Amino acid sequence: MSFTNLETLYRQVIMDHYKNPRNRGAFDEESLSIDMNNPTCGDRIQIHLLVEDDMVKDAKFEGEGCSISLASASMMTQAIKGKTTKEALSMSEMFSDMMLGNDPDTSELDLGDSEALQGVAKFPARIKCATLPWKAMEKGMEA
Amino acid sequence: MDVNAIRSQFPILDQEVNEKPLVYLDSSATSQKPLAVIEAINAYYRSDNSNVHRGVHTLGNRATEEYEGAREKVRAFLHASSVEEIIFTRGTTTSINTVAASYGRANLKVGDEVVLTLMEHHSNIIPWQQVAKETGATLKYIPLQADGTVALEDVQATITANTKIVAMTHVSNVLGTINPIKEVTKIAHEHGAVMVVDGAQAVPHMRVDVQELDCDFYAFSGHKMCGPTGIGVLYGKKELLEQMEPVEFGGEMIDFVGLYESTWKDLPWKFEGGTPIIAGAIGLGAAIDFLESIGLDKIAKHEEMLVKYAMDQLQTIDGITIYGPEKRAGLITFNLDDVHPHDTATILDAEGVAVRAGHHCAQPLMKWLDETATARASFYLYNTKEDVDRLVAGLQRAKEFFGDVFY
Repeated sequence: MSFTNLETLYRQVIMDHYKNPRNRGAFDEESLSIDMNNPTCGDRIQIHLLVEDDMVKDAKFEGEGCSISLASASMMTQAIKGKTTKEALSMSEMFSDMMLGNDPDTSELDLGDSEALQGVAKFPARIKCATLPWKAMEKGMEA
Repeated sequence: MDVNAIRSQFPILDQEVNEKPLVYLDSSATSQKPLAVIEAINAYYRSDNSNVHRGVHTLGNRATEEYEGAREKVRAFLHASSVEEIIFTRGTTTSINTVAASYGRANLKVGDEVVLTLMEHHSNIIPWQQVAKETGATLKYIPLQADGTVALEDVQATITANTKIVAMTHVSNVLGTINPIKEVTKIAHEHGAVMVVDGAQAVPHMRVDVQELDCDFYAFSGHKMCGPTGIGVLYGKKELLEQMEPVEFGGEMIDFVGLYESTWKDLPWKFEGGTPIIAGAIGLGAAIDFLESIGLDKIAKHEEMLVKYAMDQLQTIDGITIYGPEKRAGLITFNLDDVHPHDTATILDAEGVAVRAGHHCAQPLMKWLDETATARASFYLYNTKEDVDRLVAGLQRAKEFFGDVFY
């Protein structure tokens, strides 16, 4: 694997979200909070959602983890903000599909910065890191 | 010790990973297998495969002889007094679960204590949590010194007259700490407790004499000592094993079976229900022959040299934290500032260097270290100083890579 390959994993935009996470923290008001950990590595993410009338009004995250899981959480909270819960769940499906190596169909919904994580699909051991925040969000929506 | 000659016995090492020659530094997770082991398993399936202990036919006799021959090799390797004390299991986890489910269930009651340390692998914690829940016994943990060792005063202070079982790892899979098993066993016995030892990280790397340690149970896995996966050993003192009930019931382990009652075979077979792990045991026997042909003392010395060299080299890296004591077994657990261990491991992998990253199945210890995850490089007889150099270069690269993108 060359340096270039590593750069497809650690793209600038991913590193930017890792170093300058968006929406990090919790809400003062009551929110839907989901804890999820990656049992193979100990990474832990909490997703906090403000959902009103089936709409994601706001989203935040907290937790500890690697660059991929934290960047993914930061990107996801950005991407789902203002989306309906149905749209957010479709986006999660799109994201999982992208992790299988498929190009996301962005004709109706786009994943925003999360699309930069497409390169993770080539690193099987890291896919779970990227999907962790999305799975947490899904779990919250289904509850 | 001629490491190049040894390396030539491990075909897997001769390959490129991500266009770089493979450097395998994850032997604490599982070791690689020499030709002698691969061929022993191959030969068994090609010419002798048969079920054991029942066939009148020739293949059955050959399989039985090889399987029981492997047991004798394990006995000699552990310096146990009798093959009746050597039970083949699926691995360390199954071995410890057998002691907990059989000895633990029968001998623990409300008010009794099981004493562990904070550095145990999950496989030497959870079986005791489960049996404690069932019996009403309590778990107690011996604290650790700042450097990740156990002080005998703390052992003395934790073990009481109520302690029935002390379970401790011989070598920590995270810290590399080598525990004073012989001394702890003595303290356990003075209080009337039995001593259970998790030897998974010790047996592959150092000479172990269970009679000298005087421990009551000793568990280990084949796959960390050049043997195949799916085979392990539980050593137990005969007088204890004799009193214990089997955990698995069915074929192989019975003497007479009636409609409502059955009786068990003698030791060790009463603990080996079902068709045993025949090829696995034969492969383990071949691994023991292989390790003995080199010499455990030489292997230990080689690892000591490597770990010392690695400690010296790693300490030159700015922002590295190394966990565990100065005197340690052949593994080093560490973290780089500002680089998560998963990212470290991914970048090392891109350089062809395989290390472990995560909690190493020791979450209570990670909590004690105040880390969610760490990276670990572990050495074995086939590793070289060049491997250490590649690790160090890879870590410098990880620092540069994250540094560049970051700052």
